[in-house]
Amino acid sequence: MRQDQRPPSRKRLVRVCLNGRWREDAVPDHLLLVDYLRETAALTGTKTGCDGGECGACMVLVDSVPVPACITLAVRCDGRSVETIEGLAAGDGLHRLQRAFHEHLGTQCGFCTPGMIMSAAALLRRNARPTDAQIREALSGNLCRCTGYVKIVESVRAAVDEAP
Amino acid sequence: MSGAITSRGWPRPGVPLIDGIDKVTGRARYTADLDHRGALVGRIFRSPVGHGEILRLDVSRAQNLEGVIAVVIGDDCPQTYGVLPVAMNEYPLARGKVRYRGEPVAAVAAVDAETAERALALIELEVRELPAHYTAESARAEGAALIHENRPGNVERAVHHVFGDPEAGFAAADLVRDASIDCAELNHAQIEPHAALADYDPATGQLTMQSVSQVGFYLHMMLARCLQMDESQIRVIKPFVGGGFGSRVEVLNFEIVTALLARAARGKVLMQLTREENFLTHRARPQTAVRLRLGMRRDGCITACECEVVQRGGAYAGYGIVTILYAGALLHGLYAIPAVKYDGYRIYTNLPPCGAMRGHGSVDTRHAFEVLLDRMARELGLDPFGVRRMNLLSAPTRTLNDLLVNSYGLPECLDRVERASGWRERIGRLPRGKGLGMACSHYVSGAAKPIHWTGEPHAVVNLKLDWDGGLTAFTGAPDIGQGSSTMVAITVAETLGLPLERIRVIAADSAITPKDNGAYSSRITFMVGNAAIDAAQRLKDRLSEVAASKLGVRREDVYTAAGMFLARGGESAPVRFEEIARAALVGEGTLTIKGTFTCPPESQGGKHKGGAVGATMGFSYVAQVVEASVDEDTGQVTVDQVWAAIDCGHAINPLAVTGQVEGAVWMGMGQALSEETRYLDGLPAHASLLEYRVPTIIESPPIDVQIVESHDPLGPFGAKEASEGALAGFAPALVAAIANAIGIDLDELPATPDRVVEALVALRRRARLKSAREPAP
Repeated sequence: MRQDQRPPSRKRLVRVCLNGRWREDAVPDHLLLVDYLRETAALTGTKTGCDGGECGACMVLVDSVPVPACITLAVRCDGRSVETIEGLAAGDGLHRLQRAFHEHLGTQCGFCTPGMIMSAAALLRRNARPTDAQIREALSGNLCRCTGYVKIVESVRAAVDEAP
Repeated sequence: MSGAITSRGWPRPGVPLIDGIDKVTGRARYTADLDHRGALVGRIFRSPVGHGEILRLDVSRAQNLEGVIAVVIGDDCPQTYGVLPVAMNEYPLARGKVRYRGEPVAAVAAVDAETAERALALIELEVRELPAHYTAESARAEGAALIHENRPGNVERAVHHVFGDPEAGFAAADLVRDASIDCAELNHAQIEPHAALADYDPATGQLTMQSVSQVGFYLHMMLARCLQMDESQIRVIKPFVGGGFGSRVEVLNFEIVTALLARAARGKVLMQLTREENFLTHRARPQTAVRLRLGMRRDGCITACECEVVQRGGAYAGYGIVTILYAGALLHGLYAIPAVKYDGYRIYTNLPPCGAMRGHGSVDTRHAFEVLLDRMARELGLDPFGVRRMNLLSAPTRTLNDLLVNSYGLPECLDRVERASGWRERIGRLPRGKGLGMACSHYVSGAAKPIHWTGEPHAVVNLKLDWDGGLTAFTGAPDIGQGSSTMVAITVAETLGLPLERIRVIAADSAITPKDNGAYSSRITFMVGNAAIDAAQRLKDRLSEVAASKLGVRREDVYTAAGMFLARGGESAPVRFEEIARAALVGEGTLTIKGTFTCPPESQGGKHKGGAVGATMGFSYVAQVVEASVDEDTGQVTVDQVWAAIDCGHAINPLAVTGQVEGAVWMGMGQALSEETRYLDGLPAHASLLEYRVPTIIESPPIDVQIVESHDPLGPFGAKEASEGALAGFAPALVAAIANAIGIDLDELPATPDRVVEALVALRRRARLKSAREPAP
């Protein structure tokens, strides 16, 4: 027995420059950016670690600003640039933050890592030579349960020092 | 990576994780990232009351909702499950009674999340409420309603152990002091929320389960038990796992529920729990009350210890019996104590069930012990380092409760942190509000007796050598971020003298890898590392024969280095590994070689009841110093710096060892500073990462880690555990630092501003009373 007659979900066309390539999708008004990325665009590097805005595992860059994708509507990104961990490295290598997190064990279980690296990437874009205090402040919205953050600070520091 | 070269030829700073690149690029697939096209969405309906009898459960409206494919309830699984064979008293979905708010009662699988959630709202549950107990005191009170009919007094397990002669010990003491210490309940708060993907194939009747488990073998067994399936028809795969810390050692209700749904729906179901549901699923460190009495001679020598521990266990058995045994067993093994009496009580309450968490069972007792040791040292005018040095063990030895101690690097750990922290120059000379404190801790390198006694070795590793010259190691050991797969690769590579790149590790897939007892009790490095070395050594022996004939020398004269087989003292040119590998395959084909490790009988503990808990091949030892600042107006405690030295036997991967120690120290800091759960009539008031206060990067201090290598005779290359032992020492070191900074003695964890201020107020009140009583000079 069909119990309900739900009205069809309202969708609208959204154009997003995702990791440097424009794409167009019909998305429901209530679709969260994190679900758009993970389910619609199949980019699962962006993680969900909490029930909304608590942990930073879903941090992505919207027009270069770090934003928790789990409390951002996909429709709000219409006409904007969205960058995820999958788009960070230019070419076939690793971004210097990715290499530093790998070599300095800034990642253990790895679940917070994409969000952590995206927050760090946003910092390095606006401040090429951050102090340790500035690094800590920029990453204060990203929780990690494995590292005690020691090697995360070291990783970002190493990436900073590597910059020309 | 650069740095000094070891005798084994490895760069000493260590190597990055072999799966690190997958993690930093976002390619690593965790359970929720797996291909779940076509999968149904699972959701769980939970009990709204803390304790009650189920009078009516009607799921018909949910079942009839368009888009709902399956609904399961307690009737669908009449089998209990659990982690300890003697205490499986839990159903995946409640039957007859509910025992905590949030206990799973029913579950639905629907075409999408919205439909599944609407279906939950259509489930009707009628419950006759029973008196609920939210504290251990209330549950133990006379006439308390029984949470489990067969457990009078709501006592899940009482433990009474006496070793030595405590009465004589206290009689010989110059100072006897008591402490009552209360430690809050914690949560693991691993960043990856629980998830499971179950795929039931109705055509073959086979089930494939991918889940966040730390012990796929337990999951495999419990799925077979609860679904009444033949074990061979089930496959359990561990994808990337985003941390565990003990939360995923026990099989969790949602895992079995997901499988029940998949079978009922005859298809694939993805279950993702919310963060709130993670807190409800729980299984973490219980709220613990420790009453401790120590006897000490004037010189600091401990003469006796008496300890009572009460753990608020939650509604089901889980690991409870083991937790309450650990709390007593690991009073031993750190210091030489001639007499120890232990009474432990694990209590059922109407709260989410507790379980194993990093430092399982030992942390809160260790905290109380170190805190009282510090207070008594102060009273006797002794230095806290000096008191520890008065009570050192001398390895090899066996403790009073029959635990094996073959290696003991604690003395050097003490020396290292004393020096590194500038203790002698700085203690007593810091300004008011700043303090230094220190403490010690230890932990097992794997429980020597497995829960399921099958007669099998404790670990098996398979190696495959093929025509491409590549070597694949197969291990059931689940890498959950601690780096166990990297450890396996390193031990194999070092044994064979191969570059790390030549080793591939396939882990934790029941269809492919050998069975393993999983990631708990810090067992993997010791047991699986030894099995990996054994396999590699057997392969090396085999290949050395082939190499000997190629090189024209005797087998004993063949050795390996840097991917080459060489002849000792000979003139023959080195031969590349690949060439020997191909020669070894002639007439033989692909080589598969197995290595095993079995814990020696002398490591498996005493004959007394509960004697297997705490038994291990070797303990890690840690000393740490904490420097803290306390704001006397706000009660805010800030940790400025930590120095920790660990005796891990041998650091197979120093980079990973320091990472593990930093993480353990820091997790101890969370427990010490801010982490606690709170329930209001059984309703969690902490069930988010905002309310449950895990430290952020802002309040996290620099941690200086030093590695001490005591070379355990049984350890793989001499190694012991490095992931848990450092946790328990942090909180007592911090409490000592707070005492040093502002003169208060905290009896409760965490040291939140309100508790610090309360203790300050009490201290001032006592000082006022004292000065009022004493006439002014």
